[in-house]
Amino acid sequence: MTLNRRAFLGTGAAAAAALSAPHVRADNHAGKPKVVVIGGGAGGATAARYIAKDSKGEIDVTLVEPSRMYYTCFFSNLYMGGFRELSSIGHSYGGLAKGGVNVVHDWAVGVDRAAKTVTLAGGAVLSYDRLVLSPGIDFVDGAVPGWDVTSQNKMPHAYKAGSQSELLKAQIESMPQGGTFAMVAPPNPFRCPPGPYERISMVAHVLKEKNPTAKIIVADPKAKFSKMALFQEGWANHYDGMIDWIGADFGGGNVEVNANEMTVSIDGEVTKVDVCNVIPAMKAGRICELAGITEGNWAPVHGATMQSRVDENIHVLGDASAQGDMPKSGFSANSQAKVCAMAVRGALTGSKVFPAKFSNTCWSLIDTDDGVKVGATYEATDEKIAKVDGFISATGEDADLRKATFEESVGWYAGITSDMFGS
Amino acid sequence: MLFARRHHSYVPALAALFAFGTPAFAEDIGDAQAGAEVYEYCSGCHEVGQGAENGIGPQLNGIFGRPAGAIEGYNYSKGLVREGKNGLVWELDKLNAYLENPKALVSDTRMSFDGLETQEERNDVMAYLRQFSDNPQNIPEAAPTARAHEVVLPPEILAIVGDPEYGEYLATECTTCHQVDGDYDGIPSITQWPQEDFVVAMHAYKVKVRPHPVMQMMAGRLTDEEIAALAAYFAELE
Repeated sequence: MTLNRRAFLGTGAAAAAALSAPHVRADNHAGKPKVVVIGGGAGGATAARYIAKDSKGEIDVTLVEPSRMYYTCFFSNLYMGGFRELSSIGHSYGGLAKGGVNVVHDWAVGVDRAAKTVTLAGGAVLSYDRLVLSPGIDFVDGAVPGWDVTSQNKMPHAYKAGSQSELLKAQIESMPQGGTFAMVAPPNPFRCPPGPYERISMVAHVLKEKNPTAKIIVADPKAKFSKMALFQEGWANHYDGMIDWIGADFGGGNVEVNANEMTVSIDGEVTKVDVCNVIPAMKAGRICELAGITEGNWAPVHGATMQSRVDENIHVLGDASAQGDMPKSGFSANSQAKVCAMAVRGALTGSKVFPAKFSNTCWSLIDTDDGVKVGATYEATDEKIAKVDGFISATGEDADLRKATFEESVGWYAGITSDMFGS
Repeated sequence: MLFARRHHSYVPALAALFAFGTPAFAEDIGDAQAGAEVYEYCSGCHEVGQGAENGIGPQLNGIFGRPAGAIEGYNYSKGLVREGKNGLVWELDKLNAYLENPKALVSDTRMSFDGLETQEERNDVMAYLRQFSDNPQNIPEAAPTARAHEVVLPPEILAIVGDPEYGEYLATECTTCHQVDGDYDGIPSITQWPQEDFVVAMHAYKVKVRPHPVMQMMAGRLTDEEIAALAAYFAELE
């Protein structure tokens, strides 16, 4: 709006307003302040979109995301269960581009925090005033003995959606009659706490139809898991006798796999399996490590702004961050991104900053029209993001409520993806 | 025709109406008095009667014989506008089908209502609405429909003037589920919701009169000012 801007700057009031405006740092870069966002998922896409939208062109926003088509991890289990088409969980970045975000499809391979630059695999160097890291997760090397990234075609993780989801679905559908599906579940903390158990439900749903004598084994290093009572009730109701969950108390954490032999050893007992879904222990996406902002496996942040506790010019969102009580979920990342976007705009353009509020709800599908949910609200304290209030679906709910819960999750999916991608 | 194929259990009066094609009076359709009670399902969003205005939904005076999506100044879903252009007119059979299953008739309607299950309820509510259509009857001199508020709020709370800028920030928490453009995919639209209705609904969640756990939680930590700010923001949202 060149015309309005010129007219505005021509007035004395504007000059006074400019003098009294909060101190705006664009540092050593000429022109508009620059924000680089790495990772185009629930955290990064939302942050990029909101910063661009709400700054009304006053901030240059560049989003670095290698995928041209982003498949959401949330609802990828529903794809495996046959409730969604893969295409329905794929999203392009055209809406963000139209919203003023400079979308660069490349890998970020380095961060120079002193120079405030990001280097891309393609060779470009992007400078920033604020950097937003929302890279999601990577897997901890050696977390499951016998498994590494070279095994992932034989034993898929399917915990980053897309080709891995397609592969695992195809393997489940071509299991021999009466065959065995095994899952190696991850230790805490990990992306999407109910995710492995919703996936077990979806696998059971498919097998019940196509392969009713098949068995499901889950080796779990945890003694309990998210929505445990709800899932176990649902498994007994819908898939009685099919699922054998082996928790920490029964050696579920003592696991080794052999991808060539297709065997899983659980507490010393070796089982030949037909499909093996290995979900290893997780850590912050590697760019956080490269930027030198991790402590242990994750990147600690201040809840009020989602700024790194190591570098105030960097914000970390979603799964990669260590923030306190929020689960690692797409909903959480989206919620954190809005707080971050507000803080970034406040710092770079002096816009108003309100107290941070966070929320999360996770819906899971157990079987057709049998949806459950858990949710909570959160606030930022000096130490962490702390839970304020929460709820969880009850066991024994009637079928109408469960159906309504599922339908609500479908509405949420439409809502959050349009909130992320602007389309 | 759609209506005849889908419904097998009309009450006799309705069947007679169709069989003879004669103009009917309200009482021929159903029990308007009982319909007034059924209408409480509708009155949270739709006004009818003297002085009725558009709210979350369009006002329903003269609904019989009106083409779909036809009230000037009301922001209809794309679906209703499309169906109106396709020639959908709110005659008895269409209205009956819509009341039974709104999304079955207009797949992308924003009307977040699951439908009235029994033919009797639909007949009664149509008989009630028929009183406010001038064909075949003139609109009677009736008081505006009393709206059953879920909570009674003191005037000072209703009088709080919300800060739309604060509302815009707070609203980012809503838009994870409620789509800004008003689309409905399983979670109702709250865009352009009249402020007072918004405030009443949020307070009803806050005191747990309305029974949805997510909304009770979200509303539970909002102050009166924050609810007013949200109401101000969503009411003005384009």
